[in-house]
Amino acid sequence: MHRRGVGAGAIAKKKLAEAKYKERGTVLAEDQIAQMSKQLETFKTHLEEFASKHKQEIRKNSQFRVQFQEMCATIGVDPLASGKGFWSEMLGVGDFYYELGVQIIEVCLALKHRNGGLITLDELHHRVLKGRGKFAQDVSQDDLVRAIKKLKAMGNGFGMIPVGGSYLVQSVPAELNMDHTVVLQLADKKGYVTVSEIRDSLKWERERASHVLDHLLKEGLAWLDSQAAGEPQYWLPALFSELLSRDVTPEEANQMTP
Amino acid sequence: MDRFVWTNGLLEMNETLVIQQRGVRLYDGDDKAKLDVGVVLLSTHRLLWRDQKNHECCICIPLSQVIFFEEQAAGIGKSAKIVIYLHPVPENKEPGPYQQSKYSFIKLSFKEHGQIEFYRRLTEEMTQKRWENTPVSQPIPTGTTPKAARTRAVGIVGIERKLEEKRKETDKNISEAFEDLSKLMEKAKEMVEVSKSIANKIKDKQGDITEDETIRFKSYLLSMGIANPVTRETHGSGTQYHIQLARQLGDILQAPLEERGGMMALTEVYCLVNRARGMELLSPEDLVNACKMFESLKLPLRLRVFDSGVMVVQLQSHSEEEMIASALDNVSDKGSLTAEEFAKLLGLSVLLSKERLLLAEKVGHLCRDDSVEGLRFYPNLF
Repeated sequence: MHRRGVGAGAIAKKKLAEAKYKERGTVLAEDQIAQMSKQLETFKTHLEEFASKHKQEIRKNSQFRVQFQEMCATIGVDPLASGKGFWSEMLGVGDFYYELGVQIIEVCLALKHRNGGLITLDELHHRVLKGRGKFAQDVSQDDLVRAIKKLKAMGNGFGMIPVGGSYLVQSVPAELNMDHTVVLQLADKKGYVTVSEIRDSLKWERERASHVLDHLLKEGLAWLDSQAAGEPQYWLPALFSELLSRDVTPEEANQMTP
Repeated sequence: MDRFVWTNGLLEMNETLVIQQRGVRLYDGDDKAKLDVGVVLLSTHRLLWRDQKNHECCICIPLSQVIFFEEQAAGIGKSAKIVIYLHPVPENKEPGPYQQSKYSFIKLSFKEHGQIEFYRRLTEEMTQKRWENTPVSQPIPTGTTPKAARTRAVGIVGIERKLEEKRKETDKNISEAFEDLSKLMEKAKEMVEVSKSIANKIKDKQGDITEDETIRFKSYLLSMGIANPVTRETHGSGTQYHIQLARQLGDILQAPLEERGGMMALTEVYCLVNRARGMELLSPEDLVNACKMFESLKLPLRLRVFDSGVMVVQLQSHSEEEMIASALDNVSDKGSLTAEEFAKLLGLSVLLSKERLLLAEKVGHLCRDDSVEGLRFYPNLF
């Protein structure tokens, strides 16, 4: 640890350095840090003023939240980095997204045994809204996406796979490479995919197609219907739209509370 | 609870519903009220409560009876509450659920959350005191009379008019909000510039700064939400706040960890801790940064990252060998096990059961049979 030396020589040296810097018109880092403290207090006041007028807007208006987030990103600020940040403490943005994070984790956990840890953003949105009740604040898909991005920090395999104009949300650390992703995208239209379809659309050899499908089966992301007319069909429960209406069973609900 | 009176739950003329929240239990002081869980409603004039199962059972109290109120944060196993202190019972009070009470405060216990928004609205209503401007007519008697029906209809028109006014005001508010937001962002941008300049100086070693100054600088960055790769390299992302947090976690997590065999996935910890807090929640990064400090603070917990990328918190006392040995015993016992079967056996999550089996495999005690039917582990006889 570098400690500033004490003693006449060190003091003299420091004075000289300060003088040199002031001469060139630059300010020492330590002076700037002291100054930053004051500037921070001023900024805090502005933020408090803003909060007193518009805190409601952030909570109620998802469009406003998007604007807010994008502006923060543009200037290089992450309002969700810490619950101890000003943004979180004064605007309450933190609690909104962190609580959403909890709800997302719980929904994914409850449905994992059904869909292997893969769920469409639509279904996730639907279930989260249901779980929040009629009078909770509105939550948009943009809100979910931002909350999920934050969850990634906890290393549990949270990720988003672009599929059919929206996303599949992955909540398990299953290895999914480009091949798997492309097959998922192919399956999006009908909820299932066959080896022939993969060979026709993607021009892969049988080996490669089987390998990818086997991996999805092993990870519990796909189910095999070997009795389908024609050839076996690989279904993705994450893409089942009928499942959307089925409520979570009591056993699944138990999974939700850690 | 002796301040409450029975009501039919209908809003009076000029009275508007502000917010309602289900899953609320009432407390007479510190004791649970002899009522079930219900819906609490806040209007411009009153605080009402209705039993969720029996809608006939509805009670209310005028907001003018409220002296002050405060939040009570949730604890483990306890919901977040709002404590409301009340004026003494008025002389001519109508009958209610309680004849008398030794307490002059009540509590609302939010079993399905919603306390944040409710508290905010209650604060607004108590500040604005709208009931003073629009006094209501005589309380409507419990039986439905034609007069009551007419009053209700007028009330609905009044509500619609108010909604329209509110919509117009909302539009005006939004454009003002966007303007103010732009101005705020300009100021935030200045802060970012300053911190960049400082970071560059630190990098170029122009004017060395002390440990204390580094600590202060990092906490400023945390407050603003600015990442700084320079200080992160040399000093990590943790701050005083994270040190405090790490110590708190050391306390809170002991019991839950022991219940779960010494290990919990970080996402589980995140949910557990934030559900208990109710408000002033931790961000995922806060949690990770705090857990990273366990070792240097000599706390009996450790953050561990498995090969798969799964992050867990485990008790330091947690013995790796014991865990692997018992995994081998379980598998030998049953001949073979999948992660799901193992999870059921131990009462653990599938994720962590899988990690245990993988660990046992890594040291050579188990070997796998990887087929489309799933991943199954056998004792390693090789």
